[in-house]
Amino acid sequence: MSEKRVTVKAEGVIKEYRMGGTVLQALKGVDVSIEKGEYISIMGPSGSGKSTLFNMIGALDEPTSGVVYIDDVNLLELSPAEIAWIRCWKIGYIFQSFNLLPVMSALENVTLPMIFAGVPVSERRDKAMELLTKVGLGERADHKPTELSGGQQQRVAIARALANGPAIILADEPTGNLDLKTGRDIINLLKEMNEEEDVTIISATHDLKMLDVSDRVVYIRDGMVEQIKNRAELEIEIGSVEGEESGHL
Amino acid sequence: MAQQSKDGVRKQIELPFSEAVRISFQSLRIRFWRSMITTAGILLGIAFFVAVLSGNVISASMSKSETLRTVIDAPQSEGVSAQQIWLVVMSLIVCVVGIANSMLMAVTERFREIGTMKCLGALNKFVVELFLLESSFQGLSGALMGSIIGFISIMLLSLKDYGLDVFRQFPNYILGVLAYIGIACILGMVLAVIGAAGPAYRAAQLPPADAMRVDL
Repeated sequence: MSEKRVTVKAEGVIKEYRMGGTVLQALKGVDVSIEKGEYISIMGPSGSGKSTLFNMIGALDEPTSGVVYIDDVNLLELSPAEIAWIRCWKIGYIFQSFNLLPVMSALENVTLPMIFAGVPVSERRDKAMELLTKVGLGERADHKPTELSGGQQQRVAIARALANGPAIILADEPTGNLDLKTGRDIINLLKEMNEEEDVTIISATHDLKMLDVSDRVVYIRDGMVEQIKNRAELEIEIGSVEGEESGHL
Repeated sequence: MAQQSKDGVRKQIELPFSEAVRISFQSLRIRFWRSMITTAGILLGIAFFVAVLSGNVISASMSKSETLRTVIDAPQSEGVSAQQIWLVVMSLIVCVVGIANSMLMAVTERFREIGTMKCLGALNKFVVELFLLESSFQGLSGALMGSIIGFISIMLLSLKDYGLDVFRQFPNYILGVLAYIGIACILGMVLAVIGAAGPAYRAAQLPPADAMRVDL
């Protein structure tokens, strides 16, 4: 990874929400740039705007002002059909509450993005099965989400996110609804995908376990980037962070 | 997998109509009981509508045959028809409100699902198409079943009122009844689609982030 290419770039992103008469500024001008293959954590207390930033760089919502680029393409200039294409091919999404379709089996959930991509029936079945096996759920392919544990549901979600071979995986609090051990498994799985497939991982989180695997951590506070720490700076702190974590739990 | 290394962003493909039909059928089948309840809302409205209107046709043809025998009945039957108009209007209102409410709930409870599908690359058009198809299937099947139930119940009532004469007069009113059943089926389908179209269109237009935030 000698040459580094910027894959996601946010410039002066502002997002305002209208709450009755008052305007709430969730993001107050955020600049971030993320390189291909990086594992980035966006950290911050709840209400800091990290989920809002997540939605902006994931093409899930439009900023009030500012620009987001994905692979040098300005999202604001794209038509809805092009945005849908980006969501389908370029980005895989993982959510805190899994967001699997409850009526579909694990296999069908993983197949869905491939249906939208126009992959032929037999091919998408094989690919979905292959992905489920990869996340360790090969035998549970026909189970409905309600028949799976939280950790297993999140694995299905990861398999679904990988379905169309995305360049970026966006994970919003992927471990938020999971216990400590399952959370760690999910983080390791994400790291594995990051290393094996060179997928860029961007994760909004306040799970300190994420620090272990992140290349960089972006700290958000009050809708602004407070600081960005890279791997080297993090190494020094990990000891104290782990102490803090075990103290909490 | 297709080439993605190119920088050029392409347009998301539009899925063939058959794919939408397949998915919406599957979706109805999988949540069978939930969709049956929605369909039951349509069914009841249409059953009431068909019963009242067919009741009108049947009693009109019955009284026609009776007036041949006794002229005394005539003024009475006019009073009944004013009441019948009132009933038809009522049944229409019940129908419209019942169906609109069923469809509204059925779509609104799936906002999150719509947001998720858009995250996975669904076009707005596809989401709307899916819901319109589902609702028209539900509307049509609800209306068909409702028509049958409505017709059977009014036949039983007429049998009680007029006795076996009802069957003798059958050819005189069946065409009128069938016409109303036709109208009822179209009505049920159109109302179901209109009821679903509003919320489905609104949900499809929302950015996925907003659609997924909606909690019921």
